[in-house]
Amino acid sequence: MAEAHDYKAIGTRPVRPDGVDKVTGRANFGADLNLPNMLHGKMLRSPHAHARIKRVDVSQALAMDGVYAACAGGDFPTNERTTDLAKNCMARDKALYHGHAVAAVAARTPYIAERALDLIEVEYEPLAPVLDVDEAMADGAILVNENLHTNGDASKPASNVAAIVKFERGDVEQGFAEADVVVEVDCRVPTAHQGYIEPHACTATINEEGEATVWCCTQGHFDVRSLTANVLGKSVGEIKVIPSEIGGGFGGKTIIYLEPIAVKLSEMSGRPVKMVMTREEVFRATGPTSATHCRAKVGAKRDGKITAASAWLAYEAGAFAGAPVGPGCMSILAPYDLEHFSIEGHDVLVNKPKVAAYRAPGAPQAMHAMESAIDDLARELGMDPIDLRLKNSADEGTQAPYGPVFPAIGFRKCLEATKAHPNYTKPKAEGTGRGVAAGFWFNIGMQSSAEARLSEDGTVTVVEGNPDIGGSRASMCLMAAETLGVPYDRVRTHVGDTESTGFCNVTGGSRTTFATGLAVVQACEDIIAQCKQRAAATWDIDVEQVDWADGQAIPKPGVNVDANPLSLRDIAKNAGRTGGPILGRASVNAQGAGASFSVNFADVKVDRETGKIDVLSFTGIQDAGTAIHPAYVEGQMQGGAVQGLGWALNEEYIYDENGVMENAGFLDYRVPVASDMPMIDTQIIEVPNPSHPYGVRGVGETPIVAPLAATSNAARDALGFRIADLPLSPPRVLEAIDNQADA
Amino acid sequence: MSRVHVTLSVNGEPREMLCEAHQSLLDALRDELGMTGTKEGCATGDCGACSVLADGRLVCSCLMLGVEAEGMDITTIEGIAQGSELHVVQRKFLEAAALQCGICTPGFIVAAKALLDQNPNPDETTIRYWLAGNLCRCTGYDKIVRAVQDAAQELAYEA
Amino acid sequence: MAKVVFPDHLLQQTGGTKETTVEATNFRGVLRALEKLWPGIEETLQKTAVAIDGQIYQDAWLEPVRPDSEIYFMQRIEGG
Repeated sequence: MAEAHDYKAIGTRPVRPDGVDKVTGRANFGADLNLPNMLHGKMLRSPHAHARIKRVDVSQALAMDGVYAACAGGDFPTNERTTDLAKNCMARDKALYHGHAVAAVAARTPYIAERALDLIEVEYEPLAPVLDVDEAMADGAILVNENLHTNGDASKPASNVAAIVKFERGDVEQGFAEADVVVEVDCRVPTAHQGYIEPHACTATINEEGEATVWCCTQGHFDVRSLTANVLGKSVGEIKVIPSEIGGGFGGKTIIYLEPIAVKLSEMSGRPVKMVMTREEVFRATGPTSATHCRAKVGAKRDGKITAASAWLAYEAGAFAGAPVGPGCMSILAPYDLEHFSIEGHDVLVNKPKVAAYRAPGAPQAMHAMESAIDDLARELGMDPIDLRLKNSADEGTQAPYGPVFPAIGFRKCLEATKAHPNYTKPKAEGTGRGVAAGFWFNIGMQSSAEARLSEDGTVTVVEGNPDIGGSRASMCLMAAETLGVPYDRVRTHVGDTESTGFCNVTGGSRTTFATGLAVVQACEDIIAQCKQRAAATWDIDVEQVDWADGQAIPKPGVNVDANPLSLRDIAKNAGRTGGPILGRASVNAQGAGASFSVNFADVKVDRETGKIDVLSFTGIQDAGTAIHPAYVEGQMQGGAVQGLGWALNEEYIYDENGVMENAGFLDYRVPVASDMPMIDTQIIEVPNPSHPYGVRGVGETPIVAPLAATSNAARDALGFRIADLPLSPPRVLEAIDNQADA
Repeated sequence: MSRVHVTLSVNGEPREMLCEAHQSLLDALRDELGMTGTKEGCATGDCGACSVLADGRLVCSCLMLGVEAEGMDITTIEGIAQGSELHVVQRKFLEAAALQCGICTPGFIVAAKALLDQNPNPDETTIRYWLAGNLCRCTGYDKIVRAVQDAAQELAYEA
Repeated sequence: MAKVVFPDHLLQQTGGTKETTVEATNFRGVLRALEKLWPGIEETLQKTAVAIDGQIYQDAWLEPVRPDSEIYFMQRIEGG
């Protein structure tokens, strides 16, 4: 198990290896590639939220000067095995949301392509849409998919509820009966978008033998390869995917929208095709996260011991099944050690874009509900909200609500650090409110490969397959340097394409530094093992008699040999003489991704004239296991906090009654700007993950979980009453203040 | 469609380009001159990823037409470093880890340089309001604001 | 015999059985034993995650299982 170490590289804050290219405009992102003879593709999108597609005719568009290809659903393999993803990339018999792709063209310029879209004829039979989770669950609701049955049970009538998940323990009724105080929160959170600044983009080309090459911005090019193959009915081996730099994803770039369409248009035209979404398309047609309706109930004894908790969650999946309600159910009570609880979640189809993963998918909405209830409970009991959580907190050995027993976790340390934090011990300013909330995310492991290649001058090139979305090359270099015992600047990390590196799952689930980091460490250990063999051969001793320390091979103490230590550089220089190039490699299916807990608190001020809430200070405290590059760990905590604050305060999809999003741009879908925010204070707690050689836990997702409830609880404190729904935007807050005054 | 001949200066170098009349300066820079350092995040002037200096003034190049740049002096992210020497703002962004994905970074650096050119000693509030036209979804702005503060401090020390 | 626990939404496939015990030395063996008890369940369980003695796995055929192991099937976790 990893203990506190005197690391040389880990824990330092060097400049990232890809940094200079990114501050000078050299780095190539998704839309930055241009190929000779390249065409520009554009997508025609459904003007209806729900409609049968009777006919699509692209002939007039194809006849237009400068147009070289056009396609629609009929051009893609369609049978009973056609995946939802394929139907989401290009509608077949039904358009399921406003903005659903129904046809595409490729033309000499983007401008011609756009005008050609006007010439595509589509005959629709508009259907009434179902637009809200409660409406969709009601008896007699309009069905998004007439063939969908809850949990696949075809003996029951078709339903918009794709799945119901349940977690129970003990006797929840008995638990509530034992309680002295019971509180309940019922809240709705509307659709929100990941809001990455770079729109989806790709360029594709395919040759006469059917071999396709795709350049794109993605969180996982191996997934792009398999998903594109799936949509096109091709084999994985026929597709090569080269990842560009990626301009943000937050889960939204773990799936595909454009790539198979661009390949198809390239196949039809015989020329490379580039497709770049507009911001409006990103909002209307790419995965936002679920709008939710949640109820949370919690009961406790006077002394603060929680006797029971229950939750009912309903998550919009969009047009196809797959809302992140399962993880929501599994997260909602994870911070607590409970005897009696019940949790029920619903995955519900509506005529809105199919949701995609968004940073700790499903957890922020669920924990907003429960952490609001816990806050109300603390008020009812007259307890400090940290003390209440300490009294009930999960710890090593606690059985998590979703089954297993927690190994070492950092939640209590986060709570204790909050209590001692100067921002918390400081009295809040006159007229302001303070709110606390807990956050949790699992983190995932999954498959990764890495190579470490020793160059002839002793420098090391690490090659792995996870797009660098926030400084991961630097983290890989640090772990490699630590393992090999060489300075950071002797290692470079390269993100290889699908043909130049082994398989890696997506950059997501907070897994990259953990799982790919593990592969990199093992690849470096492989180099060390080979270097020891080369040294042993050079010294004519047994390999068991060689140690590795501080980047060099040395004879073990007591081994009687006349030998100077051999550095990595020495061994590299003579690699040809001792057997050839030295190449370390590793592939893992990483297990034991450690859960990461957090505590956040905010001080806010409410302007009662305008309803505007200002965040005066925000503090994030989180268990990172071991912070490999602390500046980028802080960056994750700060960035996640501000995304969460945006979600809490302003961000929401506003739909008209026909299911058309009315605010599909950054002017009206208002993400936080610099002048909205204070500095975000962070404190990294380090409870090393026993399953990683350096104790890494994933840190990327947990930061967005607690800010929703922390903000709601702070507003509750400032206002004197709770507004359960989000966002706490000026119109909603003002209306609530007026209603309160009337009451 | 007939294209318009535009003569301008880009990063101090005389350039010519043929623009379509409706083409934004952003698209002209990227597609006609091949300068892809300037990024598109929205094409509606809301995100600032396409920030450039037009005759020294900070603008969203997506809101300007290429033909409007006739005779102008345009500075893009590719022109902020002097030869092989990074501008202090670029250096401070690197040292302060003020970028994560990096897509907004060119716009922020151009905007921050424009601020420091006219106000070498801005306070935190001034920095935050000046940069309010640039969206960053990764960093939460904390390290960006600190990088600009660090750059201002170094400029003040050198002055 | 290792203890196996199902989440409530899988109980329709186990005829209401929430907890059972199986004889196996690795996770692949657990799946085989459960398939014998409830034919067809293996396909469902392949799509879930599993916690073996507190450690969460997404694909874990070869993971050792001890006689006193506790095995919880759970939802697969996606990440952002």
